[in-house]
Amino acid sequence: MNVTTRNFGAPIRRNEDPRLLSGQALFVDDVELPGMLYAAFLRSNVAHARIRSIDVTAARARDGVVAVYIAEDLGDYWAPGPLLVPPPPIEGITFNQRTQVPLAKDKVRHVGEPLAVVLAQSRYLAEDALADITVELDPLPAVVDLEKALTGDARVHDDVRGNIAARVRQSRGDYAAARSRAKHVIARRFHYDHGASSPIETRGVVANWDARANQLTIWDTTQAPVFLRNGLAGMLGLSERQVRVIAPFVGGGFGPKIMLFYPEEVVIPWAAMRHNRPIKWIEDRLEHFFATTQERGQTHDAEIALDADGRILGVKDVFLHDTGAYNPYGLTVPINSQCTLLGPYVIPSYDSTFTAIFTSKPIVTPYRGAGRQHGVFVIERLMDIAAHELKIDRVEIRRRNLIPPDAFPYNNEIIYQDFAPLSYDSGNYAPILDKALAMIGYDKFLADEQQRLRAQGRHVGVGVACYVEGTGIGPYEGAKVQVQANGKVSVATGIGTQGQGHFTSFAQIVADQLGVEVPDVDVVTGDTDQFYWGAGTFASRGAVVAGNAVNEAAKAVRQKILKLAAEHFECAEEDLEIANGAVSVVGVPGQAIKLGALAVKANPMRGAVKPGAEPGLESTQYFGPPGGATAAGVHAMIVEVDPQTFTLEVLKYVVVHDCGTVINPLILAGQIHGGVAQGVGNAFYEQLVFDDDGQLLNASLADYLLPTALEVPHVDIAHTVTVSPLNPLGIKGAGEAGAIPVGPLFAQAIEDALGLLDRNVELNEIPLSPGRLFELTAKLR
Amino acid sequence: MSTEMHAITVTVNGTHYSRQVEGRLLLSDFLRHDLLLAGTHVGCEHGVCGACTVIFDGAPVRSCLMFAAQTDGHRIETVEGLAADRDHLHPLQQAMRDCHGLQCGYCTPGILMTMKVFLEETPNPDEAQIREALSGNLCRCTGYQHIVEAVQLAAERMRK
Repeated sequence: MNVTTRNFGAPIRRNEDPRLLSGQALFVDDVELPGMLYAAFLRSNVAHARIRSIDVTAARARDGVVAVYIAEDLGDYWAPGPLLVPPPPIEGITFNQRTQVPLAKDKVRHVGEPLAVVLAQSRYLAEDALADITVELDPLPAVVDLEKALTGDARVHDDVRGNIAARVRQSRGDYAAARSRAKHVIARRFHYDHGASSPIETRGVVANWDARANQLTIWDTTQAPVFLRNGLAGMLGLSERQVRVIAPFVGGGFGPKIMLFYPEEVVIPWAAMRHNRPIKWIEDRLEHFFATTQERGQTHDAEIALDADGRILGVKDVFLHDTGAYNPYGLTVPINSQCTLLGPYVIPSYDSTFTAIFTSKPIVTPYRGAGRQHGVFVIERLMDIAAHELKIDRVEIRRRNLIPPDAFPYNNEIIYQDFAPLSYDSGNYAPILDKALAMIGYDKFLADEQQRLRAQGRHVGVGVACYVEGTGIGPYEGAKVQVQANGKVSVATGIGTQGQGHFTSFAQIVADQLGVEVPDVDVVTGDTDQFYWGAGTFASRGAVVAGNAVNEAAKAVRQKILKLAAEHFECAEEDLEIANGAVSVVGVPGQAIKLGALAVKANPMRGAVKPGAEPGLESTQYFGPPGGATAAGVHAMIVEVDPQTFTLEVLKYVVVHDCGTVINPLILAGQIHGGVAQGVGNAFYEQLVFDDDGQLLNASLADYLLPTALEVPHVDIAHTVTVSPLNPLGIKGAGEAGAIPVGPLFAQAIEDALGLLDRNVELNEIPLSPGRLFELTAKLR
Repeated sequence: MSTEMHAITVTVNGTHYSRQVEGRLLLSDFLRHDLLLAGTHVGCEHGVCGACTVIFDGAPVRSCLMFAAQTDGHRIETVEGLAADRDHLHPLQQAMRDCHGLQCGYCTPGILMTMKVFLEETPNPDEAQIREALSGNLCRCTGYQHIVEAVQLAAERMRK
C-alpha cells in the first residue's frame, strides 16, 4: 500500500498561526514568574581599553538592587567560551582561537562588551543602577581598518601579532599555468559588507532554578537549544538532565541567535542559581547593535583567467575577512565565501587565500547567507566585467560556463564548512537561467524596451545573477513521533524555530505517513525536555535534516500501526489502509479502528506482551546526510535609477530557484520573499558605519535602515526541481537563497541603467546607496 | 526620571483597569508586564519598528513612545481584543493566515493593529496605499508581499 501525498507539496496554512495572530504565543519576554529579578548589563562605551577599575559600591547600595557582579565575582565560573566550530582539516592552516568572556576582565575589545551586571526588582531600577557604577578605562587605539590591522601596532589580543585570527589557502588545479595560457586576465578589488540581522525580537534569557526539583529551566531566544543545555550543564556542574532549555516562539533569528554562549546566557543562569530566584534579561535595541553578533566586511583582490571565448580557465582570490574581537564560530563565514565563489560554474583552477582579522568591533558569526554573499559578489562581478571586456552578452558568458547537467555529483576539490569536500550533489542550471530570462523578458528588454525608455529619458537597466547555495549539512537531527490516545500525533525535534513554519511542514510529512490531518499533528521544537539530541537551526538545514528525521520516525510509527492493526484484525498488513485517523481493512466495511484507540491498545494495563515488544505507537529516529545538498537559483531584476538623486525603483524582480522537492510552496515563497528583502537591505540600505575609534555611528533603527514595504519589491517566483540524492525526501534547503545574489544583481542592473561600464565606472562594492552612487559616479560629472 | 506614582483608570479591550503607575512607566511595559497582555510586542523602544502599535482612542500609536500615565481615562485596543478566541479570528487575522502573511509572528500584532485602523479609513485600498500604510511597521521575515496580499484579501472580505 502507498503513502498518500495529499499534504506534502501543498500550500497548507500554518498550524502555528492562530496562536501568533491572537497574541497568545509565548516569546521569551512573555515569561513572568513570581519573585523575578531583572538584569541590566553595563557595557563598555569604548572599543579598546585596559580596565583600571570598576567600582560598584554605589550601585549595590541603591534601593531595589539585589546584586551587582563584575568578572572577579564569577570566580572559577569565569572562563572564555568554547570554540563552537573548529577549523576544517585544511593543510597549512593558521588559526588563533580567542573566544568571548562572560564579563570583561583586564581589557575590553569592542564597544558593548559587558563589564558588570545589575540584578534589581525591575528593569527600570537595574538601569538606574548602571549609572551608579564608576569605571576607569585606559583607552587604547582601536583596530578598525583591515589592512592597517595587519601592519599597525595596535593589537586586539596582545599576543596575536598582526591581529591574524586565521589564514587559509585552498586550491584546485594549477592557476599559474591557467593564467599563462589565458587570452584574458581581469583583476579587480571588491569590497562586500554585510550587516546586522536585526530580528524584530532582540535576544533574551530567563533562568529559573527550582531548588526543590534540582532543576534549572532556561527560556532563551537561541537557535540551538540542545547545545545550549549541554554547554550550560557542563559549566554549572549539573548533569544535562537537570537543565531544560526552552526556545519558545522566537521572533526571527537569521543566524546570530545560533551563536552561543553569549555572555548573558552564561551570567543569568549562574545568578539564578546563586539567588534561587528567576532572573530575566531582555536585550534592548541599542544593545542589539553591539551585543549580538553581526556579519561585516571582506576585501577581495580577485582575478579571473579566460580563454578567447570567455570560458573560465581559473580564478585567483586573496581576501581579508573581519572576524571582530573574538572568533568563537571559527571559520564558517570566510570558508563559505571561499567555497561559494565557485558558484554554478566550471572553474578548472582556483587559488584562494583568506586572512581573518581580529578587529575592535562586535563578533562576526553567520547571518543569513553566512559569507556566501561575499563570494557570489566576486564571481558575478568578474563575469560582468569579463562579458563587457570580451564583448559577450552577460547571460551568454554565464551560460557558457555553467556546470553541465551530466557532471553531477560535481566535486570542486576543496573543503567546505562541514569539513567534507565541496561536492554538488545534483543540479541542472541552464533551465533555471532560461526560466528567469523568460520571466524577466531579458531579450525583449535589451532589444526593444530599454531603447524606448532611454529615448524617453528614463534610466532603466536589467540584471541577472546566478548562485548556488550549500544547504542541509550534517551532522544529524532526530525526531520523536507518537500517536496520542486522543488520536492526535505529537512530534518533537531538537531544532529551534524562528518563523520557518516547522510546526506545519513537519506536520505535513507526518500527516501523509499516518493518514491524519495537518492540524492534528502537534509539533514541538526547541524544548530539551521533549527532545534533547540534535544540532540546531542553521545553514538552511531544518527542513532537510530534521524533516527527514521526522519522516523516518513517522515511517517507523506507520509500521507499528500496521503491525498492531494486523494483529487486531487478524489480517495481513497489505490488506490495511490508514486514512482519516483510522486503520481499516480494505473492502470490509465496519472493520476499522481509530489511531487513538490503537495507541491505547499498544499500552496494555494487564496481561503479557511478546518479548521485545515496545509500548505505544511511538518511534524516535535520526537522520544524518552524507553531505550537504546544493540548491541553485537565478535572480533577475529591472530597475529604474533617478540620475539626479540615485534613488531606485525596482520595476520587476524574479527568482527562479531549485531546492529539490518542495514541502510547502507557500512557506517556501515566504522564505524567498524574506531573503530577497534582506538582500535588498544589504545591497542598498543597510550598513554598519564604524568610525576610526571603533564606535558604531548608526546604532538605531532610525539610522540603520531596514527596508520597509516601500523598498522591497514584489517578487515573482518559479521553481525547477532537481531532487537531492542525499536524503529520502529529495529536499534541499531554501532559507538563505533569497538573500544571496541580490548585491551583484543590484550592481549589475544599476550599471546597466546608467550605462556605467561604457564610461569606465564599475560598482565593485556593496552596500550601495544613493550617496555612494553619487560618489562613485563623480568622475562622470 | 519621574518615579512619582499616578493613579490611572484605563479601558483596555473593554475592561477597566485602575492602577498606580510610575510616571516613567512606558505604556508598552504597562500592557505587557502589569496587565499581562503580552501580545503587544516591543521591537525597538524608539518608535521605529511599529511592533508595539496599539489603538488609542481609535488611532494607532506606538506604545513604546507613550507613558502609561497618559492613558488615564482613555480607551486602548490590543491584539488580544481583535478576536473572541483563536477559532474565531478577525478577518485581518484570518487573511494573514490564509496568505502566509507572518513567519516568526513577532511584528504581527503591531501590523494587525495598524491595518485595522487603515482598513476602517480605507476600505478599498490599492497596493500602493497598503504599502504606504504598512511602511511604518518593520517586518524582517516576510518581505511584506504576503502581508500586502493579506490586507487586500481582508479588505475584500470585509466589504462583503
